[in-house]
Amino acid sequence: MTSSRLSAARPAEIRWHPTVVRYAPVVVIVLALIAIWYMAAILMNMNIVRGAFERNDTSYTTAELIAGTLSAERPLLPAPHQIIETFGDDVFGWPVTSPRSLVYHSWVTLSATFLGFLLGAGFGVILAVMIVHARTLQKSLLPWIICSQMVPILAVAPIVIVVLGAIGLRGLLPKAIISAYLCFFPVTIGVVKGLSSPDPMQRDLMRTWSATQAQVFWKLRWPSAVPYLFTSLKVSITISLIGAIVAELPTGAQAGLGARLLAGSYYGQTVQIWAALVAASVLAVGLIGLVSLVERWVGQLMGARK
Amino acid sequence: MTLSWQRLVCFGAALGMMAATLLPLSSEPTASLVDRPALLLATLLTAALYSGAALVGPRLSIALALAGVVLSCCVTLALLRDSTIAGYATRGVWLPVLATWIAAWLGVAKLAGVKPHDKTASRTIDLAIPLLFGAFVFYLWEVAVRGFGVPTVLFPPPSAIAARFFGSPWMLWQDFFQTFILGVLTGYIIGCGAGFLVAVIAHRYTFLGRGLLPIGNFVSALPIVGVAPIMVMWFGFDWPSKAAVVVVITFFPMLVNTLAGLNAAGHIERDLMRSYGAAHRQTLQKLYLPAAMPFIFNALKINSTLAFIGAIVAEFFGTPTVGIGFRISIEAGRMALDVVWAEIALAAIAGMAFYGIVALAERATTFWHPSYRT
Repeated sequence: MTSSRLSAARPAEIRWHPTVVRYAPVVVIVLALIAIWYMAAILMNMNIVRGAFERNDTSYTTAELIAGTLSAERPLLPAPHQIIETFGDDVFGWPVTSPRSLVYHSWVTLSATFLGFLLGAGFGVILAVMIVHARTLQKSLLPWIICSQMVPILAVAPIVIVVLGAIGLRGLLPKAIISAYLCFFPVTIGVVKGLSSPDPMQRDLMRTWSATQAQVFWKLRWPSAVPYLFTSLKVSITISLIGAIVAELPTGAQAGLGARLLAGSYYGQTVQIWAALVAASVLAVGLIGLVSLVERWVGQLMGARK
Repeated sequence: MTLSWQRLVCFGAALGMMAATLLPLSSEPTASLVDRPALLLATLLTAALYSGAALVGPRLSIALALAGVVLSCCVTLALLRDSTIAGYATRGVWLPVLATWIAAWLGVAKLAGVKPHDKTASRTIDLAIPLLFGAFVFYLWEVAVRGFGVPTVLFPPPSAIAARFFGSPWMLWQDFFQTFILGVLTGYIIGCGAGFLVAVIAHRYTFLGRGLLPIGNFVSALPIVGVAPIMVMWFGFDWPSKAAVVVVITFFPMLVNTLAGLNAAGHIERDLMRSYGAAHRQTLQKLYLPAAMPFIFNALKINSTLAFIGAIVAEFFGTPTVGIGFRISIEAGRMALDVVWAEIALAAIAGMAFYGIVALAERATTFWHPSYRT
């Protein structure tokens, strides 16, 4: 009797499809955030628009006021549709070689990102290999590498640019070096972890086969470090992008997403800043996707199970 | 006595010091080492120390080699104070530097190989090795800049930077206060606190958590520093805009890590709490939050470096005439690189201290975690 009442008291649970369970919350929250954004845009731009109306002595209705806040030319907070519109215009509205095209600026930043990423990742891997093989280096260098990351890189950036400029290096390379400085660290730490991940049993086995140090490296240590390598490469490529953007600020660069941010902030072009931010985000997502693709491809080459 | 390569290297270093007494010090006319009795004596003493290091037992040889290194560093630095040598240094200076470099490397390598049973001794060695390494890097920097006569405008020697650092403490303190205390610390506390609170709420309501976690992960991967110009536009040039950038930057790592930490409590523990009839608040206090602590501290550590970068980036988009980022960009433009390096040293020390304090707090709070039990 009691048991039947208990079961009756509990309402029948609705079972949703797993896809719904997974994506519905994301969709709902994204929609909510967009709604909040529109509200904020209306509230924050209200004074600007009202001021404009009153200066022109035109009468206005509330509806006009709200419409004005969502299409103001220099709003405090542009509405999402304005950002997307400007982003589309800047990407597709100009030929890719034009300095007004966002594709052009993205490419300038992207080339510094790639060069910095290659330098940083290469340096990081070499450093990790050295650290794993030399105990002295591990004890003397590793603490300094960790400390180097607590130095705000942007503080060093102007010096890198001044010193490299004095020996005649300008443009791409200083930016790439700053971005490399930022992104080598995750690679070093990840690869050190990966290279020391084979357990003592496996290393002992290699020793019973009297493998040389090079053989142990190529046949045991390196293959087991590859998954760690890719995990850290994914972190490091976004950091590399941040480095490239940030490096454009103190250099007074003419082109690039960082220069675009700087120009936007000088001339009060809020929508342009937001469009550049969107472009940077698109690049970040694309770069992570690229590394994931390479990871899957390398995994297949190495015979990973799907 | 066996003739190992380490002994040979020690003898080589000693021989190098001896030979240096006969070589010319400078391409300009200057007194030779034989005419400077104090330095000559020190050089010969160094040679004696190095050869002694080759002969005695392992522990004593480390001490002898490092004593020789210190002595020889003093000799070369003293030589480079002479204006007829600085900028014109030749083999007579570089050979001792090279011998010292080799001896220092050997000494540190031997020190790294020592495995004391005593725990404090091994910790001291672990601390001493990087410090010796760092000190020697600064020594090489100083010797190279002064010996080759690199223009100080381009690359000031560490001594000039240190002089500037201790010479203008008031300017440095103002910059530190503006950037670190007002900008970084305020933003860090607000951003981490907000991230933490939202994570706790999102953990309570599963729907919110499921929606926020992917969004938070996505946003964490974006170059958020780019909001700096917007924040400067909204909050003005003074420190509130810097704090706002720091809030935005630190919020998402905190949110994502805390959420992951709150979900880290095991099923068995959760069932146990339920069988005790614990309320949600009690479970949160006694199970979820302690389990999340390592994750929260991870976020705090990540944020401590991110926050600093964010504040300095924001200073590039407009500042009052004070602040680390402002000073660096202005003085780099005026080619006063010793000021720039002093500011970098300030930023580095502040950054390390900040990180160190968070790490210490972590050790004190999560001492029970497996990674600290040895």
